[in-house]
Amino acid sequence: MTVIDETPAAARAVETGKVSSHLHPEPSYDLALHPVPTGREEIWRFTPLKRLRGLLDDAPSDAHLEWTTQLPAGVTLTPIGADEARELGEFLPSDRLAALAVAHGGDVLLLDVPADAELTEPVRLDLRGTGLDAVVWGHLVIRVGRHARATVLVEHAGAARYSHATSVLVGDGAQLDLVTVNDWDDESVHAGQVGIRVGRDARVRASEFTIGGDLVRTTTNVEYAGPGGEAELLGLYFADAGQHIEHRLFADHTAPRTKSNVVYKGALQGEGAHTVWIGNVLIRKVAEGIETYEENRNLVLTDGCQADSVPNLEIETGEIEGAGHASATGRFDDEQLFYLRSRGISEPEARRLVVHGFFDDLIRRVGVPELEERLLAVVESELERHVLAEKPTA
Amino acid sequence: MSTLEIKDLHVSVSTEDGAKEILKGVTLTIKDGETHAIMGPNGSGKSTLAYSIAGHPKYDVTDGTVTLDGEDVLAMSVDERARAGLFLAMQYPVEVPGVSVANFLRTAKTAIDGEAPKLRTWVKDVNAAMGENGLDASFSQRSVNEGFSGGEKKRHEIAQLNLLQPKVAVLDETDSGLDIDALKVVSEGVNRFSAGGDKGVLLITHYTRILRYIKPDFVHVFVNGRIAEQGGPELADQLEAEGYDKYVNAAV
Repeated sequence: MTVIDETPAAARAVETGKVSSHLHPEPSYDLALHPVPTGREEIWRFTPLKRLRGLLDDAPSDAHLEWTTQLPAGVTLTPIGADEARELGEFLPSDRLAALAVAHGGDVLLLDVPADAELTEPVRLDLRGTGLDAVVWGHLVIRVGRHARATVLVEHAGAARYSHATSVLVGDGAQLDLVTVNDWDDESVHAGQVGIRVGRDARVRASEFTIGGDLVRTTTNVEYAGPGGEAELLGLYFADAGQHIEHRLFADHTAPRTKSNVVYKGALQGEGAHTVWIGNVLIRKVAEGIETYEENRNLVLTDGCQADSVPNLEIETGEIEGAGHASATGRFDDEQLFYLRSRGISEPEARRLVVHGFFDDLIRRVGVPELEERLLAVVESELERHVLAEKPTA
Repeated sequence: MSTLEIKDLHVSVSTEDGAKEILKGVTLTIKDGETHAIMGPNGSGKSTLAYSIAGHPKYDVTDGTVTLDGEDVLAMSVDERARAGLFLAMQYPVEVPGVSVANFLRTAKTAIDGEAPKLRTWVKDVNAAMGENGLDASFSQRSVNEGFSGGEKKRHEIAQLNLLQPKVAVLDETDSGLDIDALKVVSEGVNRFSAGGDKGVLLITHYTRILRYIKPDFVHVFVNGRIAEQGGPELADQLEAEGYDKYVNAAV
């Protein structure tokens, strides 16, 4: 879909003024503005609130995840005060989960990639949960300086009840690959707000892989500090029986000639597997000449699963290059399976090929070779749980 | 030696108004070394015959038998039929995104032979089969049938036929939608397949054009779910001149 109309040119300034919309409530540090949800609100209606298990409670905790880091030369990880994080221009909390993480997170961890740095090795942050007893609040800022090039890998694993607010501030002309893997133990609960501000002419590719955990709800908000920025948001998720996986994306085109491209693909298998994908895009008046496309595809592998997929596009200027979205949720394509089987390939093997094929283009786009192999292995091991293990009813 | 024997085959599909019988008793025997052409007007049930032999779940066999060398084909699953030696070249080959042709062909060959093909010769064989059917080596890295033109899809079907070497090949309107050059390429591929004299071919077509390049031993005229007439290659010439009208009118 391309939307074009004859709206006269608007002011050429970055615009961050208020746009009234129920899709993305006014962000704020003030907890009073983020009341405990009833579950009927637009931003909460898909989330099983009880299973957030304390992440909505206004209760301090000084529990931490276990951090293992690899920092290439020049990259630093240091605690800073909450005030300093605000001065750096972090994202304000857009929901109660993030507001609580900021309120109780204590010191903020600042990962700093200096300007002009050309990292040849990825920055690695391995965050491991060590137990479910206490809630862990996290508050992070990732700053990538002007014209720097970096890959940052964040891995979440182990047992935890974890909520964090993370801001990713990408300087002008910088290039960032941010890869987040959510591979928690079965009982874990994880909520995260990731705000990404894309500098002038900067490029960000944020890839997110959610595999493990009882409930994972992430909110990724992208905005642009200047014209010419590009954001590619990729996601892959695999929900098993009883798992709730929710990815909320918001591309806020706050500057002209910016791009956003969102592709999330998920597979579901087993009773009670539930995935939610919300893809919000706002094209502000100032955002002339932008291009946006968002896509979500879900492959339902067994009975008893639910995939919710909601793309939203709000357009305040028609002076754009293009805006579109696509969403599709389906079962195995019988004709594909018939074709493969008619060449002698067994039914489980045919299903395996189709699922790998479904994720293939996405995995190739991640651009981190060692991760590609690992993701293929993850898909393979997920398949062994159902698709290869049982013969589904025809 | 292999023989595909179809006896009194009745096949229905389910429609909104209940089951509808498409094949009304088809009897046909294809011995090895024989090429049979089935010709008939649109809607006569030709494709239903092809898909029923291959085991497409949409078609419900209500009566009759299909055997390959005495083995009950109808009791086999779709993939078992292929491993038993049947091959269906489809009229509309299906796109399988994200699955490369190379991976697909190797997986199929492994399934049919019961062991992985020898790496050394296999790549060469694949390139040869693709090349002979006018597909350059880059097709191996593309997703199965995705973005292929109609002609490329058909040539890809015949390349598979050449590589998988089934006992009996059913070609469902492989000629439809092909220009004359592609038709020649495809026909040569089928002729290479049957050249050894130990393969059976069931060639389903609407047009006589392909029979200039693939010489059938037997021609069957298919009308209204049955074989209305059979004969040798001369029957094709007669159909070319007279069309299907007299059979269609007789069947009504």
